[in-house]
Amino acid sequence: MSALLSIQGMSHYFGGLKAVSDFTFDVPEGVIYGLIGPNGSGKTTTFNLISGLYTPTTGKIFFQGKEITGHRPFRIVQGGIARTFQNLRIFGNLSVIDNIRVARHYTVKSGLFTSLLRLPSFLQEEADVREDAMQLIRMFHLEDRAHDQAKNLPYGALRRLEIARALATKPKLVLLDEPAAGMNPKETDDLMGLIRRVRDEFKVTVFLIEHHMKLVMNVCERVKVIDFGETIAEGDPKVVGKDPKVLEAYLGKRGAEC
Amino acid sequence: MGTIKLPRLLIAALIFYVVVTILSLDQVHILNGYFMVIINRSLIFVILAASLNLINGITGQFSLGHMGFAAVGAYVSGTITTLVLKLPAPQPGFWITGPIFIFMIAIVIGGIAAGLVGFLIGFPSLRLKGDYLAIMTLGFGEIIRTILNNIDYVGGPRGLLGIPKFSTFTTITLFTFLIIVLLRNLVQSSHGRAMLSIRENELASELCGIDTTRYKVMGFVIGAFCAGVAGGLLAHLLQLAHPTQYGFLPSALVLIMVYAGGMGSMTGSIFAAFSLTFLTEGLRVAFDNIPSFRIGTMDVRIGTEWVMVIYAILLILIMLFRTEGIMGMREAKLLIIEEKKKK
Ligand SMILES: Nc1ncnc2c1ncn2[C@@H]1O[C@H](COP(=O)(O)OP(=O)(O)O)[C@@H](O)[C@H]1O
Ligand SMILES: [Mg+2]
Repeated sequence: MSALLSIQGMSHYFGGLKAVSDFTFDVPEGVIYGLIGPNGSGKTTTFNLISGLYTPTTGKIFFQGKEITGHRPFRIVQGGIARTFQNLRIFGNLSVIDNIRVARHYTVKSGLFTSLLRLPSFLQEEADVREDAMQLIRMFHLEDRAHDQAKNLPYGALRRLEIARALATKPKLVLLDEPAAGMNPKETDDLMGLIRRVRDEFKVTVFLIEHHMKLVMNVCERVKVIDFGETIAEGDPKVVGKDPKVLEAYLGKRGAEC
Repeated sequence: MGTIKLPRLLIAALIFYVVVTILSLDQVHILNGYFMVIINRSLIFVILAASLNLINGITGQFSLGHMGFAAVGAYVSGTITTLVLKLPAPQPGFWITGPIFIFMIAIVIGGIAAGLVGFLIGFPSLRLKGDYLAIMTLGFGEIIRTILNNIDYVGGPRGLLGIPKFSTFTTITLFTFLIIVLLRNLVQSSHGRAMLSIRENELASELCGIDTTRYKVMGFVIGAFCAGVAGGLLAHLLQLAHPTQYGFLPSALVLIMVYAGGMGSMTGSIFAAFSLTFLTEGLRVAFDNIPSFRIGTMDVRIGTEWVMVIYAILLILIMLFRTEGIMGMREAKLLIIEEKKKK
């Protein structure tokens, strides 16, 4: 298996704080890869670097063999890396279907004038986009709410909507930032099943962040454990889960919050 | 079976046009010339408010100098019809004759010029995060006035005078209708949804693959184009274009229309443009008739400039009691294109 995403010597500073310290790792194509670590250990920052919100202080990011360091975020998405957010970022006043259609927009071919004149090719494409969006909506069990304003959905549904929206950009890699945050055990179980289905049906690679050890160990095929921006361990979750350094980071004085 | 189904919006526009035209006929004489000027002015403000709504309400940016683009449209189209082509005043009548056709092209050219200026202002300021657009557009409104004051060719401080009265109820209704359809079609397309997503959450929009800078600039330029068209129509209605017509206060009036109608609601913009144009005229007449009085040693005269005071109060009331405006983000059925929902 070749590396879909390759991070090489990536560090990032916020002023004097080293949030990410010399990360070098590969995310192989087709796996469910987990990044775990306590709160504040640099997980979200890693995602922000990969998705282009920050440019790393040092180091390089390669996607499908091409360097993407410093590219603008929308270009990185168009290149095939989609993401969700730890704190939801939903288009609250738009309907559920419109949330998803926005993510499908960059693949739309109808130009401005075709759209303004509502020419037949535009109408045909709109119908296709609508059908695509409805398929995703059904897969994520949101069909009852498809035309409701997104802000009126319950929390768990919004989490699913964000994943569906990310998939609408037709990515090769999806970054999920704490997808189970705020979910109860039943919802978390369903989510794990959904994440596996997403990988299999959409043929995407999944890179997820969690600080729940259990979820990661269950669903991920490869993990990287970090603390204070430093890599503690990387590899097979069964092996990593027994690593004394990992156990210390998790069961040590800050273990309680995980 | 076999009948042509006209779109509802077109039917509504036709009914409006026919009814107003009949009421204004000399034989009927319910709407006199004075009323027709206010109706025409309302329709022009519909264009201004609906297009500012595209920038501020749909795309979520903050432009403060919408009238500056109207000035560009007014002066460019006025220059073409009055100074370059020296078109004669049109014959009264319903038909679109040669000169009226040329006038309509001049209006569109005025819009395109305003759109170009919009690009020059929008591109540098919309690339940056923050309130640069508000500052730039505020400055632009003042700069355009200074520039117009100093170009002798277009009359300098006297303004561009003797513009032929090409803007009739017919031509204004036609342009207003076309622009409303254009804006509606835009908002209810994939491009429009891209703009809406920027208002909702710019970062998430960018991370849905939307080139947010491009769509902010696109919304702004289309808005500026429409304002340019409105400015051209206004100049050919009032038969003059004057630098002071396009300052900060008129821009603020359009802004109040967008807020009062409901940010993001085209229906609200249209409704507010009509009601506030009529209200402005009513207040102007009322204030003109209030005699001056004395408070202590001070002579107080309530002049027409007090209209803006009323609007400031109105704006405060809206912000206090109905922050979402009259319509919120809702649209009237007339302006919603039905999507066929397949089961
Ligand atoms: N924009 C920022 N500016 C300054 N410090 C930040 C910023 N974002 C994150 N940090 C800091 O960087 C560290 C890592 O944060 P983050 O990546 O969000 O952690 P995690 O997602 O693992 O909980 C924390 O100490 C956090 O306070
Ligand atoms: Mg985080």
